[in-house]
Amino acid sequence: MPDTTDPNAAGLLVRHLQSPLAGPFDFAVAAGGCAVISGPSGSGKSLFLRMIADLDPNDGEVRLNGTERRSLDGPAWRLRVPYVPAEAGWWLDAVADHFAPANREAARRLAADFGLVEGQFDAPVARLSTGERQRLAIIRALVLDSAALLLDEPTSALDTEDAMRVEAALQARLAQGCVIVMVSHDAGQAARLRAEPYRMVERKLQRVVLAEARA
Amino acid sequence: MNPIVLSPGDIAIAASLVAFDAILSIILKLNLHRQVLWAAARMVVQLIAIGYLLRLVFALHNPAATVAVVAIMAVVAAREIAVRPERRFKGADGMILSATGVAIATFVTVALALLTALRPHPWYEARYAISLAGIVLGSVLNSGSLALDTLLTSISRERPSIEAQLGLGESFTAATRTLVRQAIRRGLMPIVNQMSAAGVITLPGIMTGQILAGLDPLEAVKYQILLMFLLAGASGLSAAVIASLALRRLTDDRQRLRLDRLR
Repeated sequence: MPDTTDPNAAGLLVRHLQSPLAGPFDFAVAAGGCAVISGPSGSGKSLFLRMIADLDPNDGEVRLNGTERRSLDGPAWRLRVPYVPAEAGWWLDAVADHFAPANREAARRLAADFGLVEGQFDAPVARLSTGERQRLAIIRALVLDSAALLLDEPTSALDTEDAMRVEAALQARLAQGCVIVMVSHDAGQAARLRAEPYRMVERKLQRVVLAEARA
Repeated sequence: MNPIVLSPGDIAIAASLVAFDAILSIILKLNLHRQVLWAAARMVVQLIAIGYLLRLVFALHNPAATVAVVAIMAVVAAREIAVRPERRFKGADGMILSATGVAIATFVTVALALLTALRPHPWYEARYAISLAGIVLGSVLNSGSLALDTLLTSISRERPSIEAQLGLGESFTAATRTLVRQAIRRGLMPIVNQMSAAGVITLPGIMTGQILAGLDPLEAVKYQILLMFLLAGASGLSAAVIASLALRRLTDDRQRLRLDRLR
């Protein structure tokens, strides 16, 4: 269990995080650590990630590697903890245009790693399948090289092979000290990423004890 | 040249055309005769009332009365802008931002015309100020309402793509830039159409009125050109101010998207 009291500890620290809709949450993930949250739909999993990213009005302390989010403006904070929703939106016609020119090379390499063929990176978004869009949406966050990632069901539309490819990239990020908090219904995924399992029940977060996780 | 003064009899003859509409409705079973007659009667009463009111205000030579008349017209326009969109702000926000946009657009353009082109004495003379404000408010209402409706509809619809950008550390301004542009463009369309059509497809009402009243066509045209420029400025100001204020109300100090402020 990571230290939840030292505000300067490396990693993500969440204290008394609450909104009229959910919480309070107290939560910590050490640098290089992963937390996987499961739970019934509507239990508040996405709300929790959105609150950490500061996309919904909320109160409480959130620190990443010692930096309190209020010391940064909203966009600067979210650049450090990008949030990828389960069905991420697209705002331009071509996939490639969603990446800053400086990031396109890195994005192309990741797309290849994720099993996307070369042409798909330059294709119109409308021509891609749900699974292709899902992988590209994760790449949009990965190219930011952030110290944390908030992923909402990142592999829900992927077959096992593609899910493994994404997990491999996430594992590489974890090895570099990145914090990952993700929502996933795949119990095997939590085990493969050596993640701390959590369960969201009626907008409260519970740590899953190992015996229960194994069962 | 003296304007041709209309007698009540002249108007009564023209009113027979409304009666013709009503008879047409009865014969063709359009079921519209009641509405046609009622609308015509309303129009006559409203216009006569405003005629007397204007005569009264013009005679008062009181700036406060002029301001009051213009303010009432502006508030009615602002209310129309605020309630028109399908998605609108909760509480008084929509009304406040519409009223601000209407006030700025109207005041700037009307004051500019009164101080530079028309120059009546005094410059706030009711005859000129109220008439100009009345014309300008029509365009302000049109463009402000189109811009606000377009902006609120598109931002509600584009929530996933806006939040995807915010989630990746994009600023709220950058994430909504295209939508704001579209909204302001939409607000400017009517005046662009009006200017392109003027003189070729339509003879603008003000100009026609002046020609009928006996003014030389070229003098009337000059007035109309001046008015079109005023309307263009007022439309741009109204669309831009209202769209920017609405955009500011849709975010907060953390640059979130606050659709919860709409109903």
